[in-house]
Amino acid sequence: MRGAGDLVARMQMTRGMKIKEAKAYVAEKLKVGVAELTDPVIMNEVRSELGLGEMTPVPGIAKGIEAKHNIARVLDLDINCVRKFKTRTGG
Amino acid sequence: MASIQTRFGDGSPVTMSRGELRQDLEEGTADAAERGSVAPLTEDDLRRLEDIFASPHRFLGVEPGREIVLSYDGTPLKMKRAQVNVDRLQSLQIYEKLMGADTLEMGHVDYSFKPVKPIVTFEQPLMEQVLSVTTAPVFYGAMPNLGLYSQPDGPFPNPAELMPRGQIKEAQESYEAAVEEAVKDIVYVCGALYESGADAIILDTVGAAGDADVLAGLKATEILTEKYPGICVELGMASEFILGMHSGLSYKGVRLAGLYPHDQLKLAQQAGARIFGPVCNTNSGKSTPWNLSRAITFMKACCEEADIPIHVNMGMGVGAMTVHDHPPLDVASRASKAMVEICRLDGL
Repeated sequence: MRGAGDLVARMQMTRGMKIKEAKAYVAEKLKVGVAELTDPVIMNEVRSELGLGEMTPVPGIAKGIEAKHNIARVLDLDINCVRKFKTRTGG
Repeated sequence: MASIQTRFGDGSPVTMSRGELRQDLEEGTADAAERGSVAPLTEDDLRRLEDIFASPHRFLGVEPGREIVLSYDGTPLKMKRAQVNVDRLQSLQIYEKLMGADTLEMGHVDYSFKPVKPIVTFEQPLMEQVLSVTTAPVFYGAMPNLGLYSQPDGPFPNPAELMPRGQIKEAQESYEAAVEEAVKDIVYVCGALYESGADAIILDTVGAAGDADVLAGLKATEILTEKYPGICVELGMASEFILGMHSGLSYKGVRLAGLYPHDQLKLAQQAGARIFGPVCNTNSGKSTPWNLSRAITFMKACCEEADIPIHVNMGMGVGAMTVHDHPPLDVASRASKAMVEICRLDGL
């Protein structure tokens, strides 16, 4: 969560991607370099801009399940709990 | 040449010469290569390990670009064990917000599927709450733990009592019956947690009760991945070698007893696991260089065969880490760096 580890992990978990492929996929979707994925300063800005959740959730930003809606959209992923949230709320 | 400070597998310090270091590295990889019928480490690998152990720095890290992701097992139990009095939801928030964890794992303090089954309706709403307030992917984890299916803890005759009496067939039948019940429990619990929105399942410490335990894990994985095509199942093993407690069990025509990580992986892939967590146990009477060289030999062979991400188990007593509640950072960082850089891992 300091960088993009949770996002890279999601690609391993949902698509079975190996680490190199998963990093490249996330970097492309976030429009950053692969090396920037582990930079906490750069990634905090990127996560803030895209609403992907942050270590220190300041007022007004997407948090928790809200951030996961954005992660699903940005990474083009089906996230189990996001899908269930939409079903339960008629979204 | 300067002496090298390292440790035995039990954590006690030891000073070695460069020659002694090299000898332990060579003996460690030779041991793994012979036992597992895999290739020993190359000269380049051994030199890399030598350099890592010869470094005077207390803490080492991977080279830029070699960072990997971390998954966990028994996460909430660590808080309980340390008597940090927070509930599981808070413990996962601590992992995410304070430790920066890449993934989270919810589990019950018993950490076995059998005792969770009757209380799964209490686990589900907590999982749903956790998912609503966290961002990192959330696993639900527990062990197949076939030991809980034999008397006095379970319904079936205890194989450990039957075998010394020479009742081998009865012991095998008990294991076979336990497998079927364990599979039902695992599928029931995991299905419920996945229906509640969990991102993934960890079947942890698979094989702790031997080959029957592994068979239960593989069968449950197969059923879960057929029933829920999107589900991620991580299979984390108990040891480097599947003990043949039954000895005659097989999965898809392959006898389970005696398989080492690179062969365990193949069956995990066939069962539908999306992440595999191999293990190499630490020998507390041997040095860390011996243990690490041995562990990397097994894991390198496993990674070379893998089509799915590999998250090697690195913790107390496994992955060359010391058999101690508080693994020293000099060992933890060297073992992690070497494991990631030589094996080309996907995670730990």
